[in-house]
Amino acid sequence: MRFGGLKNLCLVLTCFALMACGRGESNVAQGNREAILHFGNGAEPQGLDPHVVTGIPESLIINALFEGLTVKNPYTLESEPGVAQRWDISDDGMTITFHLNPQAKWSNGDPMTAEDYVWSWRRALNPGMGNQYGYMLYPLKNAEEFATGKIDDFSEVGVKAIDDHTLQVQLNTPTPYFIQLMDHHSTFALHRPTIQKHGKDTGRFTPWTRVENIVSNGPFRLKEWQLNRRLSVEKSDTYWDRDRVQLSGIVFYPTENISSEERMFRVEQLHYTQTIPLEKMPVYRAMKDSPYANAPYLGTYYYLLNINEPPLDDLRVRRALSMALDRERLNSTVLHNSNVPAFSITPPGTLGYQPPVVFDHNIEAAQKLLAEAGYPNGEGWPGLELTYNTSESHLKIAVALQQMWKDALNIDITLANQEWKVYLDSVDQMNFQMARRGWIGDYVDPNNFLDLFLCDGGNNSTGFCDPIYDELIKRQAPQAKSREERYAIFNDAETRLMEQMPIIPLYTYTSNHLIHPSVKGLPPNLMDYVNFRYVWLDRDQEAVE
Amino acid sequence: MLRFIGFRLLQALPVLLVVITVTFFLIRVAPGGPFDSEKAVIPEVQAALEAQYRLNLTLFQQYTAYLGDLFHGDFGPSFKYPGRSVNELIAAGFPVTAELAFYALLVALTIGGIAGIVASLKPNSAQDYIPMSVAMIGICMPSLLLGPILILLFGIYLDWLPVSGWGDSPGDKILPAITLGSAYAAYIARLSRAGMLEVMSQDYIRTARAKGLPEWQVVSRHALRGGMIPVVAFLVLAFAGLLSGSFVVETIFQIPGLGRFYVQAAFNRDYTMILGSTIFLATLIVFFNLLSDILAAWMNPRLRDQMRAL
Repeated sequence: MRFGGLKNLCLVLTCFALMACGRGESNVAQGNREAILHFGNGAEPQGLDPHVVTGIPESLIINALFEGLTVKNPYTLESEPGVAQRWDISDDGMTITFHLNPQAKWSNGDPMTAEDYVWSWRRALNPGMGNQYGYMLYPLKNAEEFATGKIDDFSEVGVKAIDDHTLQVQLNTPTPYFIQLMDHHSTFALHRPTIQKHGKDTGRFTPWTRVENIVSNGPFRLKEWQLNRRLSVEKSDTYWDRDRVQLSGIVFYPTENISSEERMFRVEQLHYTQTIPLEKMPVYRAMKDSPYANAPYLGTYYYLLNINEPPLDDLRVRRALSMALDRERLNSTVLHNSNVPAFSITPPGTLGYQPPVVFDHNIEAAQKLLAEAGYPNGEGWPGLELTYNTSESHLKIAVALQQMWKDALNIDITLANQEWKVYLDSVDQMNFQMARRGWIGDYVDPNNFLDLFLCDGGNNSTGFCDPIYDELIKRQAPQAKSREERYAIFNDAETRLMEQMPIIPLYTYTSNHLIHPSVKGLPPNLMDYVNFRYVWLDRDQEAVE
Repeated sequence: MLRFIGFRLLQALPVLLVVITVTFFLIRVAPGGPFDSEKAVIPEVQAALEAQYRLNLTLFQQYTAYLGDLFHGDFGPSFKYPGRSVNELIAAGFPVTAELAFYALLVALTIGGIAGIVASLKPNSAQDYIPMSVAMIGICMPSLLLGPILILLFGIYLDWLPVSGWGDSPGDKILPAITLGSAYAAYIARLSRAGMLEVMSQDYIRTARAKGLPEWQVVSRHALRGGMIPVVAFLVLAFAGLLSGSFVVETIFQIPGLGRFYVQAAFNRDYTMILGSTIFLATLIVFFNLLSDILAAWMNPRLRDQMRAL
């Protein structure tokens, strides 16, 4: 190495510095001019095959590229026409007929047909494919039997193409939320010739979703996909409702690191962030015309109690633990008022459903219950371990609750943090006493939360099993004649559940985004659902700072 | 020389086989699997998924099948990204990481080299202590801290440089290169100071001074080549270290490099991706070790003679 080399180096670095001084227009300014939304998407999508993928980042992109039989109105969350123009439900609620929009086309110009759905649902349910969301179609007659390999003949499954534009489905029981499931990506129709051209019908590993291959049917089509960098979509000119689509494109960024995402928002590289760091909330909340959007979200944060294990096999102990907690204080301190204290598993206001409140914060009652269980003022307490997955926020919450239990009941709780997959394994094997848990709804219906705690519920993980509860959820609720009657049954069931207290609900989640004031048509809603067809950019809006 | 290289390459093969085997079995010991998620997976679905990834075979069968694929240069499909092969993910991420590592090395060499040489010219004076203390801070300051500080300063308050991205806007490679390079700059400063101090006390330097050369020529013409030998040996290893250690910087700056894939793969239990990137990086490190030995021999005549005798 000589000084000559060093000189060149200095030159290169100076050039860099000079280039930097000429920083151009921000993404947001440019995007507002060209109607391109810069969207913080949280993570690199696993893939874009609607039947295969499972996460939120994937579903956001897929909702731009594809469209289901129905879509949701982002303001009301009620179902609206998508590929289906309208649908008829038979009087017994067991048959639904979808009338497809004759204008609905694939992005290569092919018309969409009812047969596309029959073929696609066969693929979605194919037992060899291992689709984790295949169960979304289980309300269909014989779908579960086909998906688990009990029957081989797909014609026995309750879906039939009457003609090119009429699709008829038969259900096992009346399923009021079935229409809603039609906007979930696992029920989407896919373009058969494209998939078959690039591999086996049921292959997980085929390249049909690549930019050069993919054919979709949504308001946008795939334009560019650079791994871990960005994914861009542009407006589709074959989409049936293209006149209502106002964005000319969307760029999705895999913003895994939430602090980086917030910084990108601050320098106007993003219109929208997937979330916001907890410690930034007070700052943004204090702003005038704040870009911070906080809204209730269809999810509950709770602790699982393993009711087979002492001391939690005693109902009095479970109730004492739950009643001793001051959820308001947890929310106002650790959580910066960003969430809503919860006393039930179902989030309040789930499409009009209000869960029962069977207990409240009551330290004296909790002390009394604990004394009755044999641990007056914590004497003789055998100890209890709380398992949670490694994360700063879970830790903060656990420490706060640990102290509340100590203060209120004089009992010691030990904390055990585990790496994510280890934790999942512990919960699955019920290898814990008390464990942190969160549940996010897949569709807006109390059933989605309450069926967790069926005796054979795959996500029960508590040991709770009540035949009457099962009867209410599985038999009576589907037979209800009206929404009110159905909700009354759910309310009874949830009351039974919370009286047995196999879980300690802590708070209802909220969605937290930073949204640039120029972004319109992206209202807060319980599902944190985005319908890009509604979104537009108001170029007259200036930055907030 | 050729015999030496051939011998070292042969030595590398069993090393790699051990790496493959240990990694293969070690990741299986970790609890939890690639398909575990917060929502329980239906048993039939789980079985179908396992069959698709050959996890239904015995562990030993999986191992031999994997070695067979590996022999054909195939790292297999990724668990986390269905539809992508591990080869593809590495091919997408590695060039970015290599470029980042290269710039970081340039930064390290520029800052560290200059600081070390300056310090060595007047040992135990302010000219020595100040750059060396700065270098010490560089070693101690993790990139987790330095990155956000640089971003806040140059990206947000001064608004000179982009806060994230890679090749998307001009200048977005500067802050990551500085963040990643600064820790290595500190090492290079210390190494070059030590190397230069040793050389500057040699007889031939005194001769050069005695014949009346100006000091800067003494340093640049005579001292530098000998004084930088330890640095060059370190550089090659540092490059290998940068390639496998850029995860934090890649995350902070949203850089689409291999480091992010690698670390996420461990969290996701993406077996094939963990194995693929481990083998890939291990091969690189073995290769760079060899390169470092060859370079050291080439720069040091005494070693060169020994090797010829081999």
